[in-house]
Amino acid sequence: MEFILCQVENGVMTLTLNRPERLNSFNDVMHQQLADCLKQAERDETIRCLLITGAGRGFCAGQDLNDRNVDPNGPAPDLGMSVETFYNPLVRRLAALPKPVICAVNGVAAGAGATLALGCDMVIAARSATFVMAFSRLGLVPDCGGTWFLPRVAGRARAMGLALLGEKLSAEQAQAWGMIWQVVEDERLSATAQQLAQHFASQPTFGLGLIKQAINAAETNTLDAQLDLERDYQRLAGRSDDYREGVSAFLGKRAPNFTGK
Amino acid sequence: MSELIITRHGRVLQLTLNRPAARNALNNALLEQIAGALEAAAVDNGVSTCVIYGGERCFAAGADLNEMAEKDLPATLNDVRPQLWARINAFNKPLIAAVNGFALGAGCELALLCDVVIAGDNARFGLPEITLGIMPGAGGTQRLIRCVGKSLASRMILTGESITGRQAQRAGLVSDVFPAALTLEYALKQAALMARHSPLALQAAKQALRQSQEVALQAGLAQERQLFTLLAATEDRREGIDAFLQKRTPDFKGR
Repeated sequence: MEFILCQVENGVMTLTLNRPERLNSFNDVMHQQLADCLKQAERDETIRCLLITGAGRGFCAGQDLNDRNVDPNGPAPDLGMSVETFYNPLVRRLAALPKPVICAVNGVAAGAGATLALGCDMVIAARSATFVMAFSRLGLVPDCGGTWFLPRVAGRARAMGLALLGEKLSAEQAQAWGMIWQVVEDERLSATAQQLAQHFASQPTFGLGLIKQAINAAETNTLDAQLDLERDYQRLAGRSDDYREGVSAFLGKRAPNFTGK
Repeated sequence: MSELIITRHGRVLQLTLNRPAARNALNNALLEQIAGALEAAAVDNGVSTCVIYGGERCFAAGADLNEMAEKDLPATLNDVRPQLWARINAFNKPLIAAVNGFALGAGCELALLCDVVIAGDNARFGLPEITLGIMPGAGGTQRLIRCVGKSLASRMILTGESITGRQAQRAGLVSDVFPAALTLEYALKQAALMARHSPLALQAAKQALRQSQEVALQAGLAQERQLFTLLAATEDRREGIDAFLQKRTPDFKGR
């Protein structure tokens, strides 16, 4: 069964979460398939942008609770195990991937589905999409990076409200709060996301990767440490082929042809 | 291609471990070459500092297990390895480890033996000997605990789990962490910075730092003062102070 549809075209890897009858909620097999695709995205230099979206009417409903039907008389389940085995490596890998990761949120994003989306580098949502931090309603804590990303994208007050109440947040509200990049009409979502992904696939990928790492590092660095990091990354960027190409294209008044290296 | 590449950058000697197929595993032959290169550098007045580097992806992933497996108790008792390590440890000039990727087992012990460890952001330090039914045998249990403290050292050695370059920096095993592609450059820069100073002062200061691990504080302070006094008899000390007072760059002669 293919729970993740993986398509690579013109430098873009499109990953579609594909359990539409279960709102693309995660089970272990789906996690493993996603991990395999990410391995390819990490190793294949010709892939210069990653686009994640969902099949059907939802984006992702987080963990499939059918796998979590707890026997009231049995021992407590170890949810930390699945966080450590699947969700944490996923978030770490997406954050460390030195190329842009776009999330096209096509419908409801709940639980780990919501926090996964908010952790991507660029989030585009369909107007009908919603974000639900459903964890608190089950007595749980936002995982998949939720407690880290939420205050950073929404600010502390809104993060607290969203996480403690667990109420539905509309795509428009999410955009108004600066949590996501863009809201588009439902029928335009796929084309808009593809267009952005294609754009990134023609850009200086090495430099984009450094920008992403630098902005991620800024979340925990002091200004001092960040200035050192900017010096180091600029030093690396200055040695890239694309920097030379960019400058020579600019001086030659022509369109640059970036290779991503 | 040699398994140990020796390069010179002015007064800085660079030793590059070059057994990529074996992830720079430190077999006796390689340790012997390192010891030989350092002994030559110790008496070479043109060399002030040395950087040991393993490449962009791996520092040294351990000892050579094939070599070790062949040795039973009597053979291990008479192993030449401790002497090789002692020869490396006897190097009297600043020694910097530039660590990218894995520094495991003997690789970690080699880094611990160096005076300064500079790490790439992909570095991992660990002593996984316990997972093989053995334990660190070249200073791992002694030097690690002295730089990171009891709890972390015990955890690493008893679980065999490695730590990242950043964790190692927080714990005090590593002085700086840089992007992996820049580790060597920055290590050479630090080495060059040291190499601008008086060679005798460098050696005396290194000796004092080493002694701090060997003796109690009062004895250490007394030895420090002796070394300090020794430097008073050097031409370089006069040159260093004169140059400072005259606001010029000192020209040290190593005398």
